[in-house]
Amino acid sequence: MRYLPHTEEDIAAMLGVIGAREIDDLFAAIPPDCRLRGELRLPAALSEWELDDHMDRLAGMMAVSPEYRLYVGAGSYDHHIPAAVRSLLGRSEFVTSYTPYQPEMLQGTLQGIYEYQTLTARLLGMDVVTASHYDGATALAEALLMAVRITKKKRVALSRAIHPHYRQVVRTYFAPTGYEVEEIPLLATGLTDVGRLEKPDGLAAVALQSPNFFGCIEDLRGAGERAHAGGALLVAAFTEALAYGILKNPGSQGADIVAGEGQSLGIPRSFGGPALGMLATRRQHMRSLPGRLVGRTKDREGRDGFVLTLATREQHIRREKATSNICSNNSLCALAAAMTMASLGRTGFRQLASLNRDKAEYLKSALKGAGCTLPFDAPTFNEFVVTAPGGFDAIYEGLLAQKIVAGLPLGPYYPELAGHYLLCVTETAGREDLDALVQGVRS
Amino acid sequence: MKKIEEIKLPEELRYSADHEWVHPEGDLVRIGITDYAQDQLGDVVYVELPAVGTHFAQGAVFATVESVKAVSECVMPLAGKIAAVNGPLVEDPAVLNVNPYGDGWMVQATPDDPAAVAALLTAEGYRTRLKGGV
Repeated sequence: MRYLPHTEEDIAAMLGVIGAREIDDLFAAIPPDCRLRGELRLPAALSEWELDDHMDRLAGMMAVSPEYRLYVGAGSYDHHIPAAVRSLLGRSEFVTSYTPYQPEMLQGTLQGIYEYQTLTARLLGMDVVTASHYDGATALAEALLMAVRITKKKRVALSRAIHPHYRQVVRTYFAPTGYEVEEIPLLATGLTDVGRLEKPDGLAAVALQSPNFFGCIEDLRGAGERAHAGGALLVAAFTEALAYGILKNPGSQGADIVAGEGQSLGIPRSFGGPALGMLATRRQHMRSLPGRLVGRTKDREGRDGFVLTLATREQHIRREKATSNICSNNSLCALAAAMTMASLGRTGFRQLASLNRDKAEYLKSALKGAGCTLPFDAPTFNEFVVTAPGGFDAIYEGLLAQKIVAGLPLGPYYPELAGHYLLCVTETAGREDLDALVQGVRS
Repeated sequence: MKKIEEIKLPEELRYSADHEWVHPEGDLVRIGITDYAQDQLGDVVYVELPAVGTHFAQGAVFATVESVKAVSECVMPLAGKIAAVNGPLVEDPAVLNVNPYGDGWMVQATPDDPAAVAALLTAEGYRTRLKGGV
């Protein structure tokens, strides 16, 4: 579809039909003291050249790759994006199309989303996947609200090893609902102390992230058994979708709902957004899913076609009783993920995941050899926590001076982990990069 | 859609203004949605029924019926505890369109007050309400 702006004549004609004199009449319902009077206080306009210079100066103030070597993940991961994905995604049919309400107009977009759903279902080991959500954090919040709807219980338990931002978003979503959010404490191993769930009665959901915020691979199966024994659902969260290239998928481990972030799958980090909220569940819960779903059907002549389906869950039909008040999806990001998964294929996806894990293991043992401490002994994927006698802060500062950003300091998020850093290694780090980091630690 | 005169309303049943029917059966009552309700909804594709043993107040939502064009919640015509649900209806929701008073029944409940049935509308009273567009 093409975007055709309205002319002055168009606007005048439309205002005439509804009996308004000017556009401002449409905002009459907004109290005058809430409206902006006068001009926005903005600096003077710049020419294109001046603006370019300005942006370059701003960019120069940041530590960006490839000038800096970045070992920060924590929910946003540095992965190669296949050139084919960038090229295909740039097609105007994908870039400019809005929500596909009209199947007769947008079979290509609908098929793309359907394929995203199919590939994601296979990746996560689940039956049904939504057309996507804004990001992993909102997908998790929606998953927990969904568990409340399914179980009709009003309390959810979140592992403290779930990404701190995700927990914050869940609290924001839950604050006006009256539902309770409690946190499950951590073990010294870096894993969630699911043993504290001795009596999970009354819980709608037990939520764990795996690999968790510290990179540690959780025992989802064990947590699921405990949750189910108390009548709660197991909600599995993730920030690094690539991990399921080699880990057992959450579906095989008993997860009832899976929610997480798909940024790793062909989406640039772009200062934290846009991202891709992935949300999946089992068939019996599909009517409790929030947001859009694309289904495959047959047309009158028996040909395959794609349409939005199960729309009666959504707000334009069910109004205030809809499963969510957000029915937007992140189509372009979902398409990027589908294209990336399809480009890599099953074997390539597994190889890429193995490469991440192997490089992280290489750095882990090298850092250990260089005198660092790895406080958590649970197996990890491409992230792990490191510290050193006396803390890692001085080492971090030393490395930063050499244009190496050695992880995320954990103190601000977990006071007891001051001096601990969360490092991430992906396929983008070469051996010489990793060796340079270790050399920097030794000196 | 059917004209009001074409709506089937068996005389032996009682009706609520919310388009449920009630049939007293000993200590129990059988509950479903009326011919008018199924006709308004169109092709029913999904029915969600409550758990046996759940108690509902009069006016509380006890079931959800979804058609190709709308979703409707069914409210209890009288207070009571669910004694049985129509499992086969969940498997084949289209039965609701074919036979809303027979195989399309939804739940059996033990009413808190069996006399509450008498307070519900008769077939005649319900049809009058339908004609009034309520």
